[in-house]
Amino acid sequence: MKKPSQWAVLALAAMLPLAASAHKAFIVPSTTVLSDGDDAWVTFDASVSNDLFYFNHHALDLDHLVVTGPDGKPVAAENKNTGKWRSTFDVHLTQPGTYRVAIENSGVFASYVDAKGEKKRWRGGVDKLGDIPADAKDVEISESQSSVNTYVTLGKPSGGALKPSGHGLEFAPVTSPNDLYAGEAAKFRFLLDGKPVKDLKVTVIPGGTRYRDKQDETIATTDANGEFSVTWPAPGLYWLSASLDKQKPTTPKAKERRLGYVATLEVLPQ
Amino acid sequence: MRRFFLITLIVCASPVASAADAQLTFELPKIDVSEYHRPYVAIWVEREDRSVAANLAVWYQDKDGKDAKSGKAEPGTKWLSDLRQWWRRSGRDQTLPIDGVSGATRPAGQYQLAFSSAKAPFAGLAAGSYKLVVEVAREVGGHELVSVPFAWPPTTPQHLAAKGESEIGDVKFDLNP
Repeated sequence: MKKPSQWAVLALAAMLPLAASAHKAFIVPSTTVLSDGDDAWVTFDASVSNDLFYFNHHALDLDHLVVTGPDGKPVAAENKNTGKWRSTFDVHLTQPGTYRVAIENSGVFASYVDAKGEKKRWRGGVDKLGDIPADAKDVEISESQSSVNTYVTLGKPSGGALKPSGHGLEFAPVTSPNDLYAGEAAKFRFLLDGKPVKDLKVTVIPGGTRYRDKQDETIATTDANGEFSVTWPAPGLYWLSASLDKQKPTTPKAKERRLGYVATLEVLPQ
Repeated sequence: MRRFFLITLIVCASPVASAADAQLTFELPKIDVSEYHRPYVAIWVEREDRSVAANLAVWYQDKDGKDAKSGKAEPGTKWLSDLRQWWRRSGRDQTLPIDGVSGATRPAGQYQLAFSSAKAPFAGLAAGSYKLVVEVAREVGGHELVSVPFAWPPTTPQHLAAKGESEIGDVKFDLNP
């Protein structure tokens, strides 16, 4: 079997933010609340690591980086670079409001036995499923959709970049993700293909895990409206994640669909 | 003596003297550090729900600064969000400069701001409970917020005070009916 390319490994890591491995994918912004109207820039680090928010496992591939501006339109990232442990890029904020910065991955995984009786693994886009040989046996296909997110706001928070597309597992904040303060509760919502997800477990872990013994995670559960709330114990960066499996796939050839969402959120002091 | 009281009473009761006034005195303490920058200051009146009833002062670097290394111009508005409570409650809704409110940063020292119910912003202030809030953020330094609860309009002379611990010194808020 051909050794998977480094990029395939990285993409896989990005696709499975909550997979059995302890690896956590994240994008960390240099700042989240900006007041500089004339020439505002934010620089970002994107990595897959064991610890929050340090770079010690893989750089996160930027091929599927999507930056959405306050008007809902894509914004080009600049100065992209991928190093050993992290990727970096800059975003020039030219209009006021909230920006969503995300690495979105989707695809299908297949395992099958080919005509020679050899067990094969394959991954690719839904549109490339035809690449699996017609004479393959024991074909098992699963679909995966995931995103690694963060948010930054120039001026007043806005909702244009946060509008759900109706596809996949989406975060629909009630409280702006850039209006978070220690000691206050924030309310968010999760949608699956545009509909509220009930009983979804949402894990929240504060950054700085290197300097403490425990993960200190809290787990919230969404209600019938897909909503949950988090009361931030202290200022800092937090990693929020949720995942779903055994969902109805978008392609009938797949057996199931797995979905993941992670976000880096900054909580400010009072 | 009795006569003096009587006169005072008459003056207070006359409609001409009915304008209440408020005087804020606060101190930006001298801080002995090798790299000192004049602090950013925001002063506002907060309602009980923490919304902003009036912006009283915003001191920031209102002209472009220059990065020491690159020589590139850098707008002083870049650091306004360091006044993080003010930025959240009001700043992000404003367009700077704010006429009659914003101005340049000032050195350490004692400052006085006087307000009257006859003039904006106190002229439009509905009767109720408020907080006067002073927030200070200093580049490569600290951040502090001090608040003084008060009732408006005052029915008797009030001498309210609070004290900061690091970036703000004594704060006095004197109200007269």
